[in-house]
Amino acid sequence: MSETHEGVHRHPAPTGFIRKYIFSLDHKVIGIQYIILALAAVLVGMIMSLLMRLQLSWPGTNWPILETFFPTGAPGGLMTPEFYLSLVTMHGTIMVFFVLTTAPQGGFGNYFLPIQIGAEDMAFPVLNMMSFWVTFVGFIVILFAIVVEGNQSIGQWFAALGPSFVGGSGTVGPIGGWTGYAPLSALGKVAGPGQGAGMNFWVISIAIFCVGSLLGALNFITTLLNMRTKGMSLMRMPLTCWAWFTTAVLALLSFPVLLGGGILLLLDRVAGTSFFIPGGLYVSGLLSGSNPNFPLHTGGSPILWQHLFWFFGHPEVYIAILPGMGATSHILATFARKPVFGYRAMVFAIFAIGLLGFFVWGHHMFISGMSPYSAVAFSILTLSIGVPSAVKTFNWLGTLWGSRIRFTTAMLFALGFVSLFVAGGISGLILGQSSLDLAMHDTYIVTGHFHLVMGVASIFGMFAALYFWFPKMFGRFLGEGLGKFHFWITFIGVYCIFMPMHIMGIAGMPRRYSQFTEYEFLKGLHPLVVFVSVAAIITIATQFVFYFNVIWSVFKGKKAGDNPWEATTLEWNTATPPPHDNFAGILPTVYRGPYEFAVPGAPRDFIMQAEADSEVPGGNGHNGHKH
Amino acid sequence: MGRVLAVIIWVLTFLSVLLFVSKKWWFPAAISEHAPALDRQFTITILVVGISFSAAQIGLGWAIWKFRDTGNPSDRAVYSHGSNRLEMIWTVITAVIFIALAVMGQSVWANLRLNDAPAGSYQVEVVAQQFQWNFHYPGNDNVFGRTDPKLIDDGALNFIGIDETDPNAKDDSVTAALAIPVNRPVELRLRSKDVIHDFWVPQLRFKQDLVPGMEIKVHFTANKVGKYELACAELCGQLHFKMKSYMLVLPEDEIQSLKALPQEQFQTRMTELLAKYSLPTY
Repeated sequence: MSETHEGVHRHPAPTGFIRKYIFSLDHKVIGIQYIILALAAVLVGMIMSLLMRLQLSWPGTNWPILETFFPTGAPGGLMTPEFYLSLVTMHGTIMVFFVLTTAPQGGFGNYFLPIQIGAEDMAFPVLNMMSFWVTFVGFIVILFAIVVEGNQSIGQWFAALGPSFVGGSGTVGPIGGWTGYAPLSALGKVAGPGQGAGMNFWVISIAIFCVGSLLGALNFITTLLNMRTKGMSLMRMPLTCWAWFTTAVLALLSFPVLLGGGILLLLDRVAGTSFFIPGGLYVSGLLSGSNPNFPLHTGGSPILWQHLFWFFGHPEVYIAILPGMGATSHILATFARKPVFGYRAMVFAIFAIGLLGFFVWGHHMFISGMSPYSAVAFSILTLSIGVPSAVKTFNWLGTLWGSRIRFTTAMLFALGFVSLFVAGGISGLILGQSSLDLAMHDTYIVTGHFHLVMGVASIFGMFAALYFWFPKMFGRFLGEGLGKFHFWITFIGVYCIFMPMHIMGIAGMPRRYSQFTEYEFLKGLHPLVVFVSVAAIITIATQFVFYFNVIWSVFKGKKAGDNPWEATTLEWNTATPPPHDNFAGILPTVYRGPYEFAVPGAPRDFIMQAEADSEVPGGNGHNGHKH
Repeated sequence: MGRVLAVIIWVLTFLSVLLFVSKKWWFPAAISEHAPALDRQFTITILVVGISFSAAQIGLGWAIWKFRDTGNPSDRAVYSHGSNRLEMIWTVITAVIFIALAVMGQSVWANLRLNDAPAGSYQVEVVAQQFQWNFHYPGNDNVFGRTDPKLIDDGALNFIGIDETDPNAKDDSVTAALAIPVNRPVELRLRSKDVIHDFWVPQLRFKQDLVPGMEIKVHFTANKVGKYELACAELCGQLHFKMKSYMLVLPEDEIQSLKALPQEQFQTRMTELLAKYSLPTY
C-alpha cells in the first residue's frame, strides 16, 4: 500500500508562520485562503445589495448614516443615481468574480481535489500559491476602484497618467454593470460620472483575476490527469472531481478571451485606440476629436466587446455552478446513504453542459444588433443545454428515491440546491427564446433567473460543501443548530426575494434603474419591490448568524473524528485535519467507485473507496465501474 | 425535519405558482400585431415551465417526506446505480420538448427580424443620446435629410446634426416623442450618438438596442391608438432611469396632417397630441 509517485514535487512541511499560513504551498491552506477571500468579498457584495434594496423600495428617503460614509454619493443621506449604479456594478463584479469563481473552485476544489484523488498536493504548488496571491491582488485592486471613485483626494493620485485616471465621482466604483458594455465603459470621463479612474482599475482588476484563474485552471487539469492514486480510474472519481475538472477546462478556455478583451478595453481608455469605439460619436456636448478630453476615435465595434465578454461570460455561469452541482451530488449520496443514481449519465451531463456552454453566449445578445440569423442558432442551442441540466435533476431525484435520508445541515443545503437550481434554471426556457426575449431582455425576470440559479443555487452548493467538509478542515463541526436556523431563513428568504422578480420582469420592469418613480407602468409594482426588500433585509441579517457560527465553530465547535459522516471517499480516510502531505506518507489504493452505500451483505451501510474486498466481508461493491 | 422541509418546498412551490397564475401583476395589454403570437408562445412556454417546476418540486418534496433514515442499521437504502433505460427515456423526452419549444419560438422572431419592412412602411429615424430620445421624421417628401455628426449642436437644438443646406431636409422634423400610425407597418432606423441605448415599449412587446456606429432597421405594426411610455432598457449612464419618452399611436389622418406640418408647427401639434391622449391605466 505504500505507493509514492516518482517525480512529484514534494515539499517538507513548513515551520515558520509566513510559509505555513501566508505564502503557503500547501493546497489545503491555499484552499482555506480562497474561502476566506470569498467570505470577505461576499460580505462587501451583500452589503451593497442591501443598500440597493433600500434605495429601490424607499427612494427619496434620507439615510443619515449613508451621508456619514459617502458624503458625495449620498449628500443629505439621499443616494444619487450614479451612486446606485456603482453599487450595481460592484455588487455584480465582486459576487461573480471574487465569490462565485473563488470559493467553489479555488476554495473547495483546491482543498479536496488532491485528497479525493489520493495525491499529496497539487501538481504545481508554487503556481497554486501564485494563483491565489494574484487573485488576492485583483481583489485589492477592485477595492481600490471603490475608493478611487469614492474619495476626492485619492481620486487624484493617478491623475498624472491622463484624464481617464481621474476619479473622485463620489460613487463606490465605476458605472457599467458587471458586463461593462462599451462604449460607455470605453469613453472615459466624458461619458459622465463613474467613467474615470474607477473604470480603469475595474478593468485592471478583472485582467489580474483572469491571470490568477488561468494559473489555477492549469494546475487543476494537470493534477487530476496525472496524480490520481493507484486504482483511482477516471470513472471511480467522486463527481466533485469531475465538476472541478470540467470547470478548470472552461476557465482555461474562457478567461483568456476576457483577458484579451479587457486589455483592448483598457487601451481604448488610456491609449486612444478604437477597438470598441466607433467614429463620429458626440458625447456630453463634445464631438470625438474636437477636444483633448475626447480624442478622435474611429472604426471600433461596440458589439465586439459583447461577443468577447459573453464568450467568457456564459461559460462563467457554469464555472460558478458546476462545482456546486458536484458538491450536491456528493453530499446527496452521502446523506441519502445510497449510490449516486446514474453516475455515468452525471459525468456525461457535466461534460455536455461544459461543451454546450461555449455555444450559447449569443443568447445574451439577441437584441444587441448582431445578426438576427445567428439568434436562431443561439436560441436552439440554448434550449438544448436544458437537457443535460434536466438529466442532472432527474438523477438527483433518482438518488433520493428509495434512500434513507439523514437531515444534516449540509444535506438541507444540498436539497435546497436542487430546489433552487430547478426554480432558477427553468426560466431559461423563457429567456433562451429570441422571440420572448423581445419582451424579457434586461428586465427583472433576467435578474431573478440568474440570481436564483447562478447566484443562490451556487451559494447553496457552497454552504452545503462548507457544512459538510468543515469537520475535516478544522477538526470541529460547523454548528448544526445555528446551521439549521441559517438554512431555514435563507431558503425561504431567497424564494421570497427572487420569485417576485420574475413577475416584475413580465410586467416590464427594467434592470439597472436607480428608482422606479418615473414611469406609470412601474408604479403598481411598488408593493412587490418593498416585499422583496424586506425579505432581503431579513435574509441578509441571517447571514451574520452564519458568520458568527463559522468563527465560533473554528475555535469552539464540537470535535469531529476522521469520518464523522460515515462517508466513502478518500478525504475521510485520512486524519482530521489531514497532515501536510495528506496521507502521512502512505498513499491509499482505491478499490471501488465513490458512492458504495447500502451494499447488500456488507457489515456497514457504506464501503470506503480505499477498503480492499478482503477487508469487507460480503461487500462486493464494485458497482460495475471497471478500470 | 424532513417532513418540515417537504412541506416548505410544497408551500413555496404553491405560492410561486399562485404568483404567476393570479396575474395580479402581468404584461400590460398588448398593442402590436405580433404581440398575440408572442404572448401565445409565452403562455405555452410558461405552461411547460410551470408544470416542470411543480413536478420537480413536488417529486423532491415527496422523496424527502418518504425516504428518511429510521436509525435502524438493518433498514438500508435501495442499492442501485441507476437505470440506462430511465436515462434514455428522460433525456429523449426533455430533448424533444425543449427543442420543440425553441423551434416554435422562432416564428415571431423570424417574421419581425428576418424579413425587411413591407413596402410603404411609415419611416422614422430614432437617434438616442444620453438620457434623451430624438425622433426624425422625413416630412412629405418621404426622404430623410442628410445628417452629419459634425453638425450636431445640442446647444442650438440641432440634436441629430441635420444639414439645413440639404433640400431633402427642408420638410424634416425632429421631436422628443414618437408618433406612428395605427395598423400600418412602421420602420424605425435606430442610431445612437454616444453609448448603447435600448428602445423599449412594454405594450409593443418589442425591444432593440441602439448601437453607436450602426444603423439598425426594425419594423412592427401597432394596432391600438393611444399614448404609451417609451423607456431605455440598456444601462447608458447616470440618468438611465429617466431616459423616458412617449410613443403616440395615431389614426392615419392625424399622422398625415402631422406629417405635412413644418418643423415648428409639427412640434406644437405633437405637444397638443401628447396632452390629448392619456396613458392606459395599469
